[in-house]
Amino acid sequence: MTLDSSTQLELHRMMMLIRLFEEALEEMFSRGLLHGTMHLSIGQEATAAGACLALQKDDLITSTHRGHGHCLAKGAEPYKMFAELLGREDGYCRGRGGSMHIADLSNGNLGANGIVAGSLTISVGAALSFQMQKKDNIILCFFGDGAVNEGSFHEALNLASLWNLPVLFLCENNQYGMSMATDKAVAGDSIASRGTSYGIESIQIDGNDVEAVYENVLNFKNKILSSGGPKFIEAVTYRYRGHSKSDRNLYRTSDEIEYWKEEKDPIKRYIGKLIESGITENQLKDIDMDIKDLIRKSVKQALDSPLSPITDLEEDSYA
Amino acid sequence: MPELTTGQALNKALSLILEQNPTAFIAGEDIGIYGGAFGVTDGLLAQFGEDRIKDTPISEDAIAGLAVGASMTGGKPIVEMQFSDFIVNAMDPIVNQAAKLHFMYGGSVNVPIIVRGASGAGTGAAAQHSQSLESWFCHVPGLKVVTPSNPQNAYDLLLHSFVDPNPIIFMEHKLIYKIKDNLELNDIPKEPSMLGKANIASEGKDITIVSYSNMVNVAKEAIAAEELQNYSIELIDLQTVSPIDYDTIKTSLKKTKKLLVCQEAPSNSSVGTTVISKIVESELFQELEIAPKLVSGLHSPMPSAKHLELNVIPQVEDITNAVKSML
Repeated sequence: MTLDSSTQLELHRMMMLIRLFEEALEEMFSRGLLHGTMHLSIGQEATAAGACLALQKDDLITSTHRGHGHCLAKGAEPYKMFAELLGREDGYCRGRGGSMHIADLSNGNLGANGIVAGSLTISVGAALSFQMQKKDNIILCFFGDGAVNEGSFHEALNLASLWNLPVLFLCENNQYGMSMATDKAVAGDSIASRGTSYGIESIQIDGNDVEAVYENVLNFKNKILSSGGPKFIEAVTYRYRGHSKSDRNLYRTSDEIEYWKEEKDPIKRYIGKLIESGITENQLKDIDMDIKDLIRKSVKQALDSPLSPITDLEEDSYA
Repeated sequence: MPELTTGQALNKALSLILEQNPTAFIAGEDIGIYGGAFGVTDGLLAQFGEDRIKDTPISEDAIAGLAVGASMTGGKPIVEMQFSDFIVNAMDPIVNQAAKLHFMYGGSVNVPIIVRGASGAGTGAAAQHSQSLESWFCHVPGLKVVTPSNPQNAYDLLLHSFVDPNPIIFMEHKLIYKIKDNLELNDIPKEPSMLGKANIASEGKDITIVSYSNMVNVAKEAIAAEELQNYSIELIDLQTVSPIDYDTIKTSLKKTKKLLVCQEAPSNSSVGTTVISKIVESELFQELEIAPKLVSGLHSPMPSAKHLELNVIPQVEDITNAVKSML
């Protein structure tokens, strides 16, 4: 499949937005502006950007603790995300969720989840709603390699397959569950083969090839909508930053990290491809400038916005 | 007014809910053709079909998790955990997801689910099928915990739970399933006004017994027996153990000045200890004529043998003796 240039530029734009958004967060963190930790997806932008562009607005996603990219790619406003991380009233969760728990229902993001594999069964329930309501939508469930050893992963896949539910499981295999290397944690052939074992059509792809992610998600989405049933993608990728802000990277070498940055970086690779296909450096530069401008303005607006007022938090616990 | 058991009353309530709410559905283990391990969903499959009555594999985590996801997207799930002991396999979706999402996502979502399960001892089902785990859930902000004691309040509380926008843990003590009574088949209410409201099961002026779930029935037996006929005892059925209706308890204590709490669960960090500590902390402390007392189950797993099981669960005479010691 050859993508039209506007789709290609959108894929690039989204990857850049995610990266610059998270780099801005890093900078804010180092300036002491952010309370708490965060889990950065720098290096993994292709999975979020590629997957979400293949979805409609009323398709749903569930996300993970490493979810800023998913959230942005599903259409969230950077301003409201910055505001959330800064504990502001305008934040998506009014400062109650923070980095790990942003939900943006207006764009079909059912929320990021701080529990590994916590969203697998939730996505099954949402898919059941689509099935019961006879809607032509899917839910895409993002999770990491760490999730595949949780019991709820297996319960969710089993049930989704049994009930033929419209859910696309997308495993971002960034090769480490915190410090635990996937090859020390996952028995059997591959993560994708676990999908197959539940009777789910499954595929392993290069998660740093944004077009491969886009095309495979689109293909599986169309198959789900035409013939029902879940699908499973294992997207192999890599995170450059530590698991969270406390990580000293003792479990991997700097050579390994450098290799992925130099040889496999999703943005760098895609820029090369775009230039080859005739997109000019100036076009890309304009996109970058627009994003930088958006980030700068959003950060400033968020910093200038009011803190979430201290209301009755016990009351807020209940609907 | 038909005479029905609690099990049948719950069945009637479920049937009414499914009939009037096309987005409502039931999921759980053996709730279809089998009719549920305790018969509560008997006949519902024939009436509503497989799309609404969803028999699941033995996957409590997935059952509770799918309820959360469905409820966030327009569904109204009522899920059954069979024996409520199995809810332990579903703690993440209940405690970390259902209870938290409304708050954590800044109020942008509600998780209106009901998780039903059969709780309590007295059937010889032993340690892993006899627990009263309700206080675990009382400790979690965001959940409401409902504990009926008879056919009528089981029926009504289930309907009220259904219209509540919050996740509900609905604990049905096994020994109440067979209790029979004339049932008023009330309609589904507009508001969940019954939740968080205690019921005064019998009025009195000498002492207040606060109880919930099947222990209310044990307390009733004690009150009705010859030995306590000279005393005027007020019995409060909490009905909901999170939140707890302290207003009703306090109003009663202003009159009786004596508090006895009776529960089947062990005492450590329990509903009973919470009730007593709240009262002792309150302005009512000065008015109490005697230290409050808690009659509770032993801090022991439930044994299988009948004589041992009876030893762990409070019996009528335990309540009788406690009342007499306080009067």
